[in-house]
Amino acid sequence: MAIDILLLLILVIIAIAAIHMKDLLACGVLLGGYSLIMAVLWTNLNAVDVAFTEASVGAGITTVLLIAAISRTKRREDDPSPFRHKVQMSIIVLASTAVFVFALLDAPNFGDPNAPANQHVAPRYIHESSHETGVLNMVTAVLASYRGYDTLGETTVIFTAGMCLVMLLRRKNE
Amino acid sequence: MVELILGKFNYLIAIALAMIGFYAMIAKSNLIKKIIGMNIFQTAVFLFYISIGKVHGGTAPIVWDKAVLYDNPLPHVLILTAIVVSVSTTAVAFALIIRIQKAFGTIEEDKIIEIKRNGYKGDME
Repeated sequence: MAIDILLLLILVIIAIAAIHMKDLLACGVLLGGYSLIMAVLWTNLNAVDVAFTEASVGAGITTVLLIAAISRTKRREDDPSPFRHKVQMSIIVLASTAVFVFALLDAPNFGDPNAPANQHVAPRYIHESSHETGVLNMVTAVLASYRGYDTLGETTVIFTAGMCLVMLLRRKNE
Repeated sequence: MVELILGKFNYLIAIALAMIGFYAMIAKSNLIKKIIGMNIFQTAVFLFYISIGKVHGGTAPIVWDKAVLYDNPLPHVLILTAIVVSVSTTAVAFALIIRIQKAFGTIEEDKIIEIKRNGYKGDME
């Protein structure tokens, strides 16, 4: 539990640093470290499948994409927006924070086994999926079997994104 | 008050991260900085979901003889899908930023607005 709190506080510090830095390459490296700490946190929260997806896709591919984008644009952020603009935006952010925290007051506590989210379809997946699909890892069983169409839709999203990249970045005179 | 903060610490950090990302998206004028903010916001949502699925005393959702309680596997599945979708949106956003840099010669939002206000439509070569 203590290590969770420590990791979460490190995450907040890295996020603030990544927003604050003027050097975009440094931001990208910080974001890679942020994803890595997120992966450690998820291992700690028992979400092992999510942890290795985050470590490979979040920390790996996103950083590569960011560095590729910086290498073809500019490395430094220009001088900041005017002070008045910052104050206005901070007020909007603080108001949204207040709304979220207010909504949180009624939420069940962290780790509560009787929370509605853990009572609806989850028991069925936990108790029946190994008989019904023969897969021991419940996450894989749900991903590939019960919610197979969801995964098909995800593949469609990746395909569409790939087509967008080809259309946006191809050179005309070749 | 202390009980509230300790009982919902993960959720509070998720809100804090989401708001840091939100601030970057609306207050920074550099487009790459906005995308970094969007990424931080997305991971905050992932953190919220995974925290919902955690059960006290639960083990990872893989069948095991000695397990008494399992964590909820459903948020893990949803977030696996969401991570891949978030990388796809990031990739498309960066491709658009590279095109904007080619067309306008800058990736600062305020400068692009000023250039467009002066009647320049952008050099699409």
